[in-house]
Amino acid sequence: MTDSVVSARDLSLTFETNDGPVHALSEVSLTIDKGEFVSFIGPSGCGKTTFLRVIADLERPTSGEVSVNGMTPDEARKARAYGYVFQAASLYPWRTIEKNIGLPLEIMGYGARDARDRISRTLELVNLAGFEKKYPWQLSGGMQQRASIARALAFDADLLLMDEPFGALDEIVRDHLNEQLLHLWETTNKTICFVTHSIPEAVYLSTKIVVMSPRPGRVSDVITSTLQKDRPLDVRETPEFLEIAHRVREGLRAGHSYDE
Amino acid sequence: MSSLGKTVPILTVLTALTALWYAGAVWMNAPFERDQAERAGTTVSFSEIVSNTMSQERPVLPAPHQVIEEIYKTTVLKKITSKRSLIYHSWITLSATLLGFIIGTALGIALAVGIVHNRAMDKSVMPWVITSQTIPILAIAPMIIVVLNAMGLSGLLPKALISTYLSFFPVVVGMVKGLRAPERAQLDLMYTYSATPAQTFWKLRWPSSMPYLFTSLKIAVAISLVGAIVGELPTGAVAGLGARLLAGSYYGQMIQIWSALFMAAFLAAALVMLVGVAHSYVLRRMGEKPGAAAA
Repeated sequence: MTDSVVSARDLSLTFETNDGPVHALSEVSLTIDKGEFVSFIGPSGCGKTTFLRVIADLERPTSGEVSVNGMTPDEARKARAYGYVFQAASLYPWRTIEKNIGLPLEIMGYGARDARDRISRTLELVNLAGFEKKYPWQLSGGMQQRASIARALAFDADLLLMDEPFGALDEIVRDHLNEQLLHLWETTNKTICFVTHSIPEAVYLSTKIVVMSPRPGRVSDVITSTLQKDRPLDVRETPEFLEIAHRVREGLRAGHSYDE
Repeated sequence: MSSLGKTVPILTVLTALTALWYAGAVWMNAPFERDQAERAGTTVSFSEIVSNTMSQERPVLPAPHQVIEEIYKTTVLKKITSKRSLIYHSWITLSATLLGFIIGTALGIALAVGIVHNRAMDKSVMPWVITSQTIPILAIAPMIIVVLNAMGLSGLLPKALISTYLSFFPVVVGMVKGLRAPERAQLDLMYTYSATPAQTFWKLRWPSSMPYLFTSLKIAVAISLVGAIVGELPTGAVAGLGARLLAGSYYGQMIQIWSALFMAAFLAAALVMLVGVAHSYVLRRMGEKPGAAAA
Protein backbone atom coordinates (compact mmCIF):
# COMPACT_ATOMS: atom_id res chain seq x y z
CA MET A 1 0.00 0.00 0.00
CA THR A 2 2.89 2.32 0.75
CA ASP A 3 4.10 2.45 -2.83
CA SER A 4 0.75 3.00 -4.51
CA VAL A 5 0.96 6.16 -6.59
CA VAL A 6 -2.68 6.43 -7.57
CA SER A 7 -5.50 4.85 -5.69
CA ALA A 8 -9.17 5.30 -6.53
CA ARG A 9 -12.13 3.86 -4.64
CA ASP A 10 -15.73 3.91 -5.92
CA LEU A 11 -14.94 6.92 -8.04
CA SER A 12 -17.94 8.36 -9.91
CA LEU A 13 -18.25 11.47 -12.00
CA THR A 14 -21.43 12.76 -13.60
CA PHE A 15 -21.53 15.69 -16.00
CA GLU A 16 -24.78 17.67 -16.00
CA THR A 17 -25.57 18.52 -19.61
CA ASN A 18 -28.62 19.95 -21.37
CA ASP A 19 -29.55 16.43 -22.47
CA GLY A 20 -29.53 15.15 -18.90
CA PRO A 21 -26.72 13.69 -16.80
CA VAL A 22 -23.79 11.87 -18.45
CA HIS A 23 -22.16 9.22 -16.28
CA ALA A 24 -18.56 9.60 -17.34
CA LEU A 25 -17.24 7.41 -14.53
CA SER A 26 -19.17 4.93 -12.44
CA GLU A 27 -17.70 3.38 -9.29
CA VAL A 28 -14.18 2.96 -10.58
CA SER A 29 -11.75 1.36 -8.14
CA LEU A 30 -8.13 1.02 -9.16
CA THR A 31 -4.65 1.04 -7.70
CA ILE A 32 -1.53 1.99 -9.61
CA ASP A 33 1.82 1.13 -8.05
CA LYS A 34 5.09 2.91 -8.35
CA GLY A 35 7.00 2.19 -11.54
CA GLU A 36 4.02 0.70 -13.38
CA PHE A 37 3.10 1.50 -16.96
CA VAL A 38 -0.68 1.48 -17.04
CA SER A 39 -2.69 1.83 -20.24
CA PHE A 40 -6.33 2.81 -20.31
CA ILE A 41 -8.15 1.48 -23.36
CA GLY A 42 -11.74 1.67 -24.49
CA PRO A 43 -14.03 3.40 -26.97
CA SER A 44 -14.88 7.11 -26.88
CA GLY A 45 -17.02 8.01 -23.89
CA CYS A 46 -15.69 5.25 -21.64
CA GLY A 47 -14.20 7.80 -19.26
CA LYS A 48 -10.52 6.98 -19.76
CA THR A 49 -9.55 10.58 -20.37
CA THR A 50 -11.88 11.74 -17.58
CA PHE A 51 -10.13 9.38 -15.17
CA LEU A 52 -6.77 10.87 -16.12
CA ARG A 53 -8.15 14.37 -15.69
CA VAL A 54 -9.47 13.48 -12.23
CA ILE A 55 -5.99 12.34 -11.20
CA ALA A 56 -4.64 15.64 -12.55
CA ASP A 57 -7.28 17.67 -10.65
CA LEU A 58 -8.66 18.96 -13.97
CA GLU A 59 -12.06 17.42 -13.08
CA ARG A 60 -13.69 16.90 -9.66
CA PRO A 61 -15.30 13.52 -8.94
CA THR A 62 -18.98 13.53 -7.94
CA SER A 63 -18.41 10.82 -5.35
CA GLY A 64 -15.77 8.34 -4.22
CA GLU A 65 -12.17 8.86 -3.24
CA VAL A 66 -8.95 9.27 -5.12
CA SER A 67 -5.46 9.84 -3.83
CA VAL A 68 -2.25 10.67 -5.66
CA ASN A 69 0.98 9.98 -3.76
CA GLY A 70 -1.23 9.77 -0.66
CA MET A 71 -2.57 13.29 -1.21
CA THR A 72 -5.76 14.67 -2.69
CA PRO A 73 -5.45 15.55 -6.41
CA ASP A 74 -5.53 19.23 -5.49
CA GLU A 75 -2.62 18.85 -3.06
CA ALA A 76 -0.76 16.64 -5.52
CA ARG A 77 -1.12 19.24 -8.26
CA LYS A 78 0.19 21.95 -5.99
CA ALA A 79 3.06 19.67 -4.99
CA ARG A 80 3.78 19.26 -8.73
CA ALA A 81 3.46 15.49 -8.44
CA TYR A 82 2.74 14.79 -12.10
CA GLY A 83 3.47 15.89 -15.64
CA TYR A 84 0.61 15.90 -18.13
CA VAL A 85 0.96 15.27 -21.86
CA PHE A 86 -2.06 16.31 -23.90
CA GLN A 87 -3.50 14.85 -27.09
CA ALA A 88 -2.18 17.80 -29.07
CA ALA A 89 1.37 18.87 -28.33
CA SER A 90 0.05 22.27 -27.15
CA LEU A 91 3.44 23.91 -27.48
CA TYR A 92 3.27 27.69 -27.26
CA PRO A 93 4.00 28.83 -30.83
CA TRP A 94 5.85 31.99 -29.76
CA ARG A 95 8.38 30.04 -27.72
CA THR A 96 11.33 28.09 -29.07
CA ILE A 97 11.56 24.42 -28.15
CA GLU A 98 13.95 25.10 -25.26
CA LYS A 99 11.73 27.92 -23.99
CA ASN A 100 8.69 25.64 -24.22
CA ILE A 101 10.42 23.00 -22.15
CA GLY A 102 11.58 25.71 -19.78
CA LEU A 103 8.00 26.97 -19.27
CA PRO A 104 7.14 24.79 -16.25
CA LEU A 105 10.60 25.52 -14.82
CA GLU A 106 10.01 29.29 -15.10
CA ILE A 107 6.64 28.93 -13.42
CA MET A 108 7.97 26.71 -10.65
CA GLY A 109 10.87 29.07 -10.01
CA TYR A 110 13.86 26.93 -10.97
CA GLY A 111 17.14 28.84 -11.20
CA ALA A 112 18.45 29.71 -14.66
CA ARG A 113 21.45 27.38 -14.45
CA ASP A 114 19.44 24.42 -13.15
CA ALA A 115 16.79 25.06 -15.78
CA ARG A 116 19.39 25.02 -18.56
CA ASP A 117 20.75 21.68 -17.36
CA ARG A 118 17.29 20.17 -17.16
CA ILE A 119 16.32 21.41 -20.60
CA SER A 120 19.36 19.87 -22.26
CA ARG A 121 18.97 16.64 -20.26
CA THR A 122 15.31 16.16 -21.20
CA LEU A 123 15.94 17.11 -24.83
CA GLU A 124 18.59 14.38 -24.84
CA LEU A 125 16.05 11.94 -23.38
CA VAL A 126 13.55 12.50 -26.20
CA ASN A 127 16.25 12.70 -28.91
CA LEU A 128 15.69 16.34 -29.72
CA ALA A 129 19.15 17.66 -28.93
CA GLY A 130 20.08 20.30 -31.51
CA PHE A 131 16.52 21.61 -31.89
CA GLU A 132 16.71 24.03 -28.94
CA LYS A 133 16.34 27.20 -30.98
CA LYS A 134 13.66 25.95 -33.37
CA TYR A 135 10.07 27.11 -33.19
CA PRO A 136 7.31 24.47 -32.96
CA TRP A 137 6.15 25.02 -36.57
CA GLN A 138 9.62 24.04 -37.77
CA LEU A 139 9.19 20.54 -36.27
CA SER A 140 7.18 17.56 -37.50
CA GLY A 141 4.13 16.37 -35.54
CA GLY A 142 6.08 13.52 -33.94
CA MET A 143 8.91 15.82 -32.89
CA GLN A 144 6.43 18.31 -31.44
CA GLN A 145 4.85 15.58 -29.35
CA ARG A 146 8.31 14.50 -28.17
CA ALA A 147 9.00 18.10 -27.14
CA SER A 148 5.76 18.11 -25.17
CA ILE A 149 6.86 14.92 -23.41
CA ALA A 150 10.18 16.57 -22.62
CA ARG A 151 8.24 19.49 -21.15
CA ALA A 152 6.38 17.10 -18.83
CA LEU A 153 9.67 15.47 -17.81
CA ALA A 154 11.59 18.68 -17.18
CA PHE A 155 10.57 18.96 -13.54
CA ASP A 156 10.84 16.14 -11.03
CA ALA A 157 7.39 14.59 -11.23
CA ASP A 158 7.43 10.82 -10.73
CA LEU A 159 4.07 10.39 -12.39
CA LEU A 160 3.51 10.95 -16.09
CA LEU A 161 -0.09 11.25 -17.32
CA MET A 162 -0.41 10.86 -21.08
CA ASP A 163 -3.72 11.40 -22.87
CA GLU A 164 -3.54 9.76 -26.32
CA PRO A 165 -0.26 11.51 -27.02
CA PHE A 166 0.35 9.66 -30.29
CA GLY A 167 -3.27 9.55 -31.46
CA ALA A 168 -2.80 12.02 -34.28
CA LEU A 169 0.41 10.51 -35.66
CA ASP A 170 0.86 7.96 -38.42
CA GLU A 171 1.67 4.37 -37.55
CA ILE A 172 5.34 4.44 -38.52
CA VAL A 173 6.06 7.46 -36.33
CA ARG A 174 3.90 5.97 -33.60
CA ASP A 175 5.88 2.69 -33.55
CA HIS A 176 9.08 4.63 -33.26
CA LEU A 177 7.78 6.82 -30.43
CA ASN A 178 6.38 3.80 -28.58
CA GLU A 179 9.84 2.25 -28.61
CA GLN A 180 11.39 5.48 -27.37
CA LEU A 181 8.77 5.89 -24.68
CA LEU A 182 9.46 2.40 -23.33
CA HIS A 183 13.15 3.16 -23.24
CA LEU A 184 12.48 6.43 -21.45
CA TRP A 185 10.26 4.68 -18.90
CA GLU A 186 13.01 2.14 -18.19
CA THR A 187 15.72 4.74 -17.75
CA THR A 188 13.72 7.23 -15.66
CA ASN A 189 11.75 4.75 -13.53
CA LYS A 190 8.61 6.87 -13.66
CA THR A 191 5.04 5.73 -13.22
CA ILE A 192 3.10 6.26 -16.45
CA CYS A 193 -0.65 6.39 -17.07
CA PHE A 194 -1.32 6.20 -20.78
CA VAL A 195 -4.67 6.62 -22.52
CA THR A 196 -4.99 5.04 -25.96
CA HIS A 197 -7.41 3.78 -28.60
CA SER A 198 -5.01 1.21 -29.96
CA ILE A 199 -4.88 -2.38 -28.71
CA PRO A 200 -1.33 -3.13 -30.01
CA GLU A 201 -0.05 0.10 -28.48
CA ALA A 202 -1.61 -0.71 -25.10
CA VAL A 203 -0.27 -4.29 -25.07
CA TYR A 204 3.18 -3.32 -26.29
CA LEU A 205 3.72 -0.58 -23.72
CA SER A 206 1.99 -1.68 -20.54
CA THR A 207 2.65 -3.66 -17.43
CA LYS A 208 -1.05 -3.31 -16.71
CA ILE A 209 -3.94 -2.72 -19.12
CA VAL A 210 -7.19 -1.25 -17.84
CA VAL A 211 -10.04 -2.05 -20.24
CA MET A 212 -12.95 0.37 -19.92
CA SER A 213 -16.44 0.45 -21.38
CA PRO A 214 -18.90 3.27 -21.92
CA ARG A 215 -22.36 4.38 -20.69
CA PRO A 216 -21.65 4.49 -17.80
CA GLY A 217 -17.83 4.64 -17.91
CA ARG A 218 -16.48 1.76 -15.89
CA VAL A 219 -13.59 -0.69 -15.68
CA SER A 220 -14.50 -3.99 -17.32
CA ASP A 221 -11.14 -5.76 -16.99
CA VAL A 222 -7.66 -5.21 -15.59
CA ILE A 223 -4.98 -7.28 -17.32
CA THR A 224 -1.48 -7.67 -15.95
CA SER A 225 1.00 -8.14 -18.76
CA THR A 226 3.25 -11.19 -18.72
CA LEU A 227 5.65 -9.71 -21.23
CA GLN A 228 9.21 -9.09 -20.09
CA LYS A 229 10.23 -5.53 -19.39
CA ASP A 230 12.70 -5.37 -22.27
CA ARG A 231 10.55 -5.42 -25.41
CA PRO A 232 11.78 -5.13 -28.98
CA LEU A 233 9.13 -4.07 -31.52
CA ASP A 234 8.84 -7.64 -32.88
CA VAL A 235 7.57 -8.87 -29.53
CA ARG A 236 4.26 -7.99 -31.12
CA GLU A 237 4.40 -11.11 -33.28
CA THR A 238 4.84 -13.56 -30.40
CA PRO A 239 1.95 -15.80 -29.26
CA GLU A 240 2.22 -14.30 -25.77
CA PHE A 241 1.55 -10.82 -27.16
CA LEU A 242 -1.37 -12.01 -29.27
CA GLU A 243 -2.79 -13.81 -26.23
CA ILE A 244 -2.90 -10.58 -24.23
CA ALA A 245 -4.28 -8.61 -27.20
CA HIS A 246 -7.00 -11.24 -27.49
CA ARG A 247 -7.91 -10.81 -23.84
CA VAL A 248 -8.13 -7.04 -24.28
CA ARG A 249 -10.45 -7.52 -27.25
CA GLU A 250 -12.59 -9.91 -25.18
CA GLY A 251 -12.77 -7.31 -22.42
CA LEU A 252 -13.88 -4.65 -24.88
CA ARG A 253 -16.52 -7.02 -26.30
CA ALA A 254 -17.81 -7.90 -22.82
CA GLY A 255 -18.30 -4.19 -22.18
CA HIS A 256 -20.35 -3.91 -25.40
CA SER A 257 -17.70 -1.62 -26.80
CA TYR A 258 -18.27 -2.94 -30.32
CA ASP A 259 -22.05 -2.32 -30.31
CA GLU A 260 -23.03 0.92 -31.90
CA MET B 1 6.50 39.25 -59.17
CA SER B 2 4.27 39.89 -56.19
CA SER B 3 5.26 43.56 -55.90
CA LEU B 4 4.66 44.05 -59.64
CA GLY B 5 1.38 42.17 -59.32
CA LYS B 6 0.29 44.72 -56.74
CA THR B 7 1.72 47.88 -58.33
CA VAL B 8 0.04 47.56 -61.70
CA PRO B 9 -3.56 47.36 -60.43
CA ILE B 10 -2.95 50.15 -57.91
CA LEU B 11 -1.49 52.45 -60.58
CA THR B 12 -4.35 51.64 -62.96
CA VAL B 13 -6.96 52.57 -60.38
CA LEU B 14 -5.02 55.70 -59.44
CA THR B 15 -4.83 56.84 -63.08
CA ALA B 16 -8.53 56.21 -63.60
CA LEU B 17 -9.42 58.17 -60.45
CA THR B 18 -7.23 61.11 -61.49
CA ALA B 19 -8.85 61.18 -64.94
CA LEU B 20 -12.31 61.08 -63.36
CA TRP B 21 -11.33 63.88 -61.01
CA TYR B 22 -10.16 66.13 -63.88
CA ALA B 23 -13.38 65.43 -65.78
CA GLY B 24 -15.36 66.26 -62.63
CA ALA B 25 -13.42 69.49 -62.14
CA VAL B 26 -14.22 70.63 -65.67
CA TRP B 27 -17.87 69.67 -65.32
CA MET B 28 -18.39 71.31 -61.92
CA ASN B 29 -16.40 74.49 -62.53
CA ALA B 30 -17.76 75.13 -66.06
CA PRO B 31 -21.06 76.84 -64.95
CA PHE B 32 -19.00 79.61 -63.30
CA GLU B 33 -17.04 80.22 -66.50
CA ARG B 34 -20.25 80.37 -68.57
CA ASP B 35 -21.81 82.81 -66.07
CA GLN B 36 -18.76 85.04 -66.29
CA ALA B 37 -18.86 85.00 -70.07
CA GLU B 38 -22.59 85.72 -70.13
CA ARG B 39 -22.19 88.65 -67.75
CA ALA B 40 -19.38 90.07 -69.89
CA GLY B 41 -21.48 89.48 -72.98
CA THR B 42 -18.89 87.28 -74.66
CA THR B 43 -18.88 83.64 -75.65
CA VAL B 44 -16.26 81.12 -74.65
CA SER B 45 -15.23 78.06 -76.59
CA PHE B 46 -15.14 74.63 -74.99
CA SER B 47 -11.35 74.52 -74.97
CA GLU B 48 -11.23 77.89 -73.19
CA ILE B 49 -13.65 76.59 -70.55
CA VAL B 50 -11.51 73.53 -70.02
CA SER B 51 -8.31 75.49 -69.57
CA ASN B 52 -10.00 78.07 -67.31
CA THR B 53 -11.53 75.44 -65.01
CA MET B 54 -8.05 74.17 -64.28
CA SER B 55 -6.93 77.35 -62.54
CA GLN B 56 -9.90 79.05 -60.87
CA GLU B 57 -9.33 81.11 -57.76
CA ARG B 58 -12.24 79.51 -55.91
CA PRO B 59 -13.25 76.38 -57.76
CA VAL B 60 -16.19 74.22 -56.69
CA LEU B 61 -13.95 71.23 -57.26
CA PRO B 62 -10.25 72.07 -57.46
CA ALA B 63 -8.20 70.16 -60.00
CA PRO B 64 -5.65 67.67 -58.58
CA HIS B 65 -2.64 69.77 -59.54
CA GLN B 66 -4.12 72.78 -57.69
CA VAL B 67 -4.39 70.71 -54.51
CA ILE B 68 -0.87 69.38 -54.92
CA GLU B 69 0.42 72.90 -55.53
CA GLU B 70 -1.35 74.16 -52.40
CA ILE B 71 0.05 71.32 -50.30
CA TYR B 72 3.53 72.04 -51.66
CA LYS B 73 3.21 75.75 -50.89
CA THR B 74 1.93 75.21 -47.35
CA THR B 75 4.40 72.50 -46.38
CA VAL B 76 7.72 72.98 -48.15
CA LEU B 77 7.62 76.72 -48.80
CA LYS B 78 6.25 77.81 -45.38
CA LYS B 79 8.22 77.88 -42.15
CA ILE B 80 6.97 75.18 -39.77
CA THR B 81 6.19 77.79 -37.11
CA SER B 82 3.98 79.79 -39.49
CA LYS B 83 0.24 79.77 -38.82
CA ARG B 84 -0.24 79.04 -42.53
CA SER B 85 2.00 75.98 -42.54
CA LEU B 86 0.09 72.75 -43.03
CA ILE B 87 2.83 70.93 -41.13
CA TYR B 88 2.19 73.15 -38.12
CA HIS B 89 -1.54 72.35 -38.26
CA SER B 90 -0.88 68.66 -38.85
CA TRP B 91 1.33 68.50 -35.80
CA ILE B 92 -1.40 70.09 -33.63
CA THR B 93 -3.82 67.39 -34.76
CA LEU B 94 -1.25 64.61 -34.67
CA SER B 95 -0.22 65.31 -31.08
CA ALA B 96 -3.86 65.09 -29.95
CA THR B 97 -4.25 61.92 -32.04
CA LEU B 98 -1.23 60.21 -30.49
CA LEU B 99 -2.08 61.19 -26.92
CA GLY B 100 -5.67 60.04 -27.40
CA PHE B 101 -4.50 56.83 -29.05
CA ILE B 102 -2.15 56.01 -26.16
CA ILE B 103 -4.80 56.72 -23.50
CA GLY B 104 -7.41 54.82 -25.54
CA THR B 105 -5.16 51.79 -25.96
CA ALA B 106 -4.34 51.72 -22.24
CA LEU B 107 -8.01 52.10 -21.32
CA GLY B 108 -9.06 49.45 -23.85
CA ILE B 109 -6.50 46.93 -22.59
CA ALA B 110 -7.39 47.64 -18.94
CA LEU B 111 -11.11 47.12 -19.62
CA ALA B 112 -10.42 43.91 -21.57
CA VAL B 113 -8.26 42.52 -18.75
CA GLY B 114 -11.07 43.32 -16.31
CA ILE B 115 -13.72 41.73 -18.51
CA VAL B 116 -11.70 38.54 -18.97
CA HIS B 117 -10.79 38.16 -15.29
CA ASN B 118 -13.84 39.46 -13.46
CA ARG B 119 -17.27 37.87 -13.83
CA ALA B 120 -19.15 40.99 -12.75
CA MET B 121 -17.31 43.09 -15.33
CA ASP B 122 -17.82 40.40 -17.96
CA LYS B 123 -21.59 40.65 -17.46
CA SER B 124 -21.86 44.41 -17.12
CA VAL B 125 -19.20 46.35 -19.01
CA MET B 126 -19.57 45.23 -22.63
CA PRO B 127 -23.12 46.59 -23.19
CA TRP B 128 -21.94 50.02 -22.00
CA VAL B 129 -18.89 49.88 -24.22
CA ILE B 130 -21.12 49.18 -27.22
CA THR B 131 -23.65 51.84 -26.18
CA SER B 132 -20.86 54.41 -25.96
CA GLN B 133 -20.21 53.96 -29.68
CA THR B 134 -23.86 54.38 -30.72
CA ILE B 135 -23.86 58.01 -29.54
CA PRO B 136 -22.74 60.31 -32.37
CA ILE B 137 -19.30 61.65 -31.61
CA LEU B 138 -20.37 65.03 -33.03
CA ALA B 139 -22.86 65.31 -30.15
CA ILE B 140 -20.37 64.22 -27.51
CA ALA B 141 -17.39 66.26 -28.68
CA PRO B 142 -18.66 69.79 -27.81
CA MET B 143 -19.83 68.55 -24.40
CA ILE B 144 -16.45 67.10 -23.54
CA ILE B 145 -14.68 70.28 -24.67
CA VAL B 146 -17.06 72.59 -22.78
CA VAL B 147 -17.14 70.53 -19.58
CA LEU B 148 -13.37 70.15 -19.48
CA ASN B 149 -12.96 73.85 -20.21
CA ALA B 150 -15.16 74.63 -17.22
CA MET B 151 -12.89 72.42 -15.16
CA GLY B 152 -9.93 74.45 -16.33
CA LEU B 153 -8.64 71.95 -18.88
CA SER B 154 -8.09 73.19 -22.39
CA GLY B 155 -5.80 72.65 -25.33
CA LEU B 156 -4.41 69.22 -26.09
CA LEU B 157 -6.11 66.98 -23.52
CA PRO B 158 -9.80 67.60 -24.31
CA LYS B 159 -9.19 66.84 -27.99
CA ALA B 160 -7.15 63.78 -27.08
CA LEU B 161 -10.01 62.53 -24.91
CA ILE B 162 -12.34 62.62 -27.91
CA SER B 163 -9.80 60.44 -29.74
CA THR B 164 -9.73 58.19 -26.69
CA TYR B 165 -13.50 57.93 -26.73
CA LEU B 166 -13.36 56.50 -30.25
CA SER B 167 -10.15 54.48 -30.11
CA PHE B 168 -10.65 52.47 -26.93
CA PHE B 169 -13.54 50.58 -28.50
CA PRO B 170 -11.74 48.40 -31.08
CA VAL B 171 -9.02 47.72 -28.50
CA VAL B 172 -11.52 46.42 -25.92
CA VAL B 173 -13.28 44.23 -28.46
CA GLY B 174 -10.06 42.87 -29.97
CA MET B 175 -8.32 42.27 -26.64
CA VAL B 176 -11.28 40.49 -25.05
CA LYS B 177 -11.14 38.09 -27.97
CA GLY B 178 -7.35 37.93 -27.88
CA LEU B 179 -7.04 37.27 -24.16
CA ARG B 180 -9.59 34.47 -24.59
CA ALA B 181 -7.75 33.02 -27.59
CA PRO B 182 -5.72 30.34 -25.71
CA GLU B 183 -7.01 26.82 -26.26
CA ARG B 184 -8.39 24.70 -23.46
CA ALA B 185 -5.29 22.48 -23.39
CA GLN B 186 -2.96 25.49 -23.15
CA LEU B 187 -4.92 26.77 -20.15
CA ASP B 188 -5.14 23.28 -18.60
CA LEU B 189 -1.38 23.04 -18.90
CA MET B 190 -0.96 26.20 -16.82
CA TYR B 191 -3.40 24.77 -14.27
CA THR B 192 -1.41 21.53 -13.94
CA TYR B 193 1.66 23.67 -13.18
CA SER B 194 -0.36 25.47 -10.47
CA ALA B 195 0.53 28.73 -12.22
CA THR B 196 -0.67 31.94 -10.58
CA PRO B 197 -3.21 34.09 -12.48
CA ALA B 198 -0.43 36.61 -13.15
CA GLN B 199 1.81 33.88 -14.64
CA THR B 200 -1.05 32.60 -16.79
CA PHE B 201 -1.66 36.15 -17.97
CA TRP B 202 1.89 37.09 -18.86
CA LYS B 203 3.07 33.74 -20.20
CA LEU B 204 -0.07 32.68 -22.06
CA ARG B 205 -2.93 35.16 -22.44
CA TRP B 206 -0.84 38.23 -23.25
CA PRO B 207 1.33 36.64 -25.98
CA SER B 208 -1.76 34.91 -27.43
CA SER B 209 -3.50 38.26 -27.78
CA MET B 210 -0.76 40.04 -29.76
CA PRO B 211 -2.18 39.46 -33.28
CA TYR B 212 -5.57 40.68 -32.05
CA LEU B 213 -4.04 43.71 -30.35
CA PHE B 214 -2.26 44.95 -33.45
CA THR B 215 -5.27 44.43 -35.70
CA SER B 216 -7.27 46.55 -33.25
CA LEU B 217 -4.54 49.17 -33.02
CA LYS B 218 -4.63 49.71 -36.80
CA ILE B 219 -8.31 50.64 -36.56
CA ALA B 220 -7.81 52.58 -33.34
CA VAL B 221 -5.05 54.82 -34.66
CA ALA B 222 -7.07 55.74 -37.76
CA ILE B 223 -10.19 56.68 -35.79
CA SER B 224 -8.05 58.51 -33.24
CA LEU B 225 -7.17 60.90 -36.04
CA VAL B 226 -10.85 61.26 -36.94
CA GLY B 227 -11.57 61.99 -33.26
CA ALA B 228 -8.91 64.69 -33.06
CA ILE B 229 -10.21 66.41 -36.22
CA VAL B 230 -13.82 66.18 -35.00
CA GLY B 231 -12.66 67.62 -31.68
CA GLU B 232 -11.39 70.72 -33.49
CA LEU B 233 -14.60 71.37 -35.40
CA PRO B 234 -17.27 72.35 -32.83
CA THR B 235 -15.07 74.61 -30.78
CA GLY B 236 -13.88 76.93 -33.49
CA ALA B 237 -10.33 75.85 -32.87
CA VAL B 238 -7.77 78.15 -34.43
CA ALA B 239 -5.21 75.50 -35.23
CA GLY B 240 -5.19 71.92 -36.46
CA LEU B 241 -6.43 70.14 -39.58
CA GLY B 242 -10.00 70.41 -38.30
CA ALA B 243 -9.62 74.17 -37.98
CA ARG B 244 -8.29 74.33 -41.56
CA LEU B 245 -11.32 72.38 -42.79
CA LEU B 246 -13.67 74.68 -40.86
CA ALA B 247 -11.99 77.90 -42.02
CA GLY B 248 -11.95 76.60 -45.59
CA SER B 249 -15.67 75.98 -45.53
CA TYR B 250 -16.40 79.43 -43.96
CA TYR B 251 -14.55 81.25 -46.71
CA GLY B 252 -15.38 78.93 -49.57
CA GLN B 253 -11.73 77.92 -49.92
CA MET B 254 -12.20 74.48 -51.46
CA ILE B 255 -8.50 74.17 -52.27
CA GLN B 256 -7.66 74.63 -48.60
CA ILE B 257 -10.25 72.02 -47.58
CA TRP B 258 -8.96 69.51 -50.08
CA SER B 259 -5.34 69.98 -49.09
CA ALA B 260 -6.22 69.58 -45.39
CA LEU B 261 -8.21 66.49 -46.32
CA PHE B 262 -5.29 65.01 -48.20
CA MET B 263 -2.94 65.79 -45.36
CA ALA B 264 -5.31 63.96 -42.99
CA ALA B 265 -5.38 61.00 -45.36
CA PHE B 266 -1.56 60.93 -45.57
CA LEU B 267 -1.33 61.07 -41.80
CA ALA B 268 -3.84 58.25 -41.37
CA ALA B 269 -2.04 56.10 -43.92
CA ALA B 270 1.33 56.78 -42.28
CA LEU B 271 -0.02 55.95 -38.81
CA VAL B 272 -1.66 52.72 -39.95
CA MET B 273 1.55 51.75 -41.75
CA LEU B 274 3.62 52.44 -38.63
CA VAL B 275 1.36 50.19 -36.57
CA GLY B 276 1.64 47.60 -39.36
CA VAL B 277 5.44 47.72 -39.18
CA ALA B 278 5.32 47.31 -35.38
CA HIS B 279 2.89 44.43 -35.91
CA SER B 280 5.14 42.44 -38.20
CA TYR B 281 8.21 43.26 -36.10
CA VAL B 282 6.60 41.91 -32.92
CA LEU B 283 5.23 38.81 -34.60
CA ARG B 284 8.61 38.11 -36.17
CA ARG B 285 10.22 38.42 -32.75
CA MET B 286 7.62 35.91 -31.54
CA GLY B 287 8.85 33.36 -34.08
CA GLU B 288 5.92 33.55 -36.43
CA LYS B 289 6.02 31.25 -39.43
CA PRO B 290 7.02 33.36 -42.45
CA GLY B 291 4.10 34.14 -44.72
CA ALA B 292 1.55 33.30 -42.03
CA ALA B 293 0.54 36.92 -41.48
CA ALA B 294 -2.88 37.59 -42.94
CA ALA B 295 -2.82 41.37 -43.26
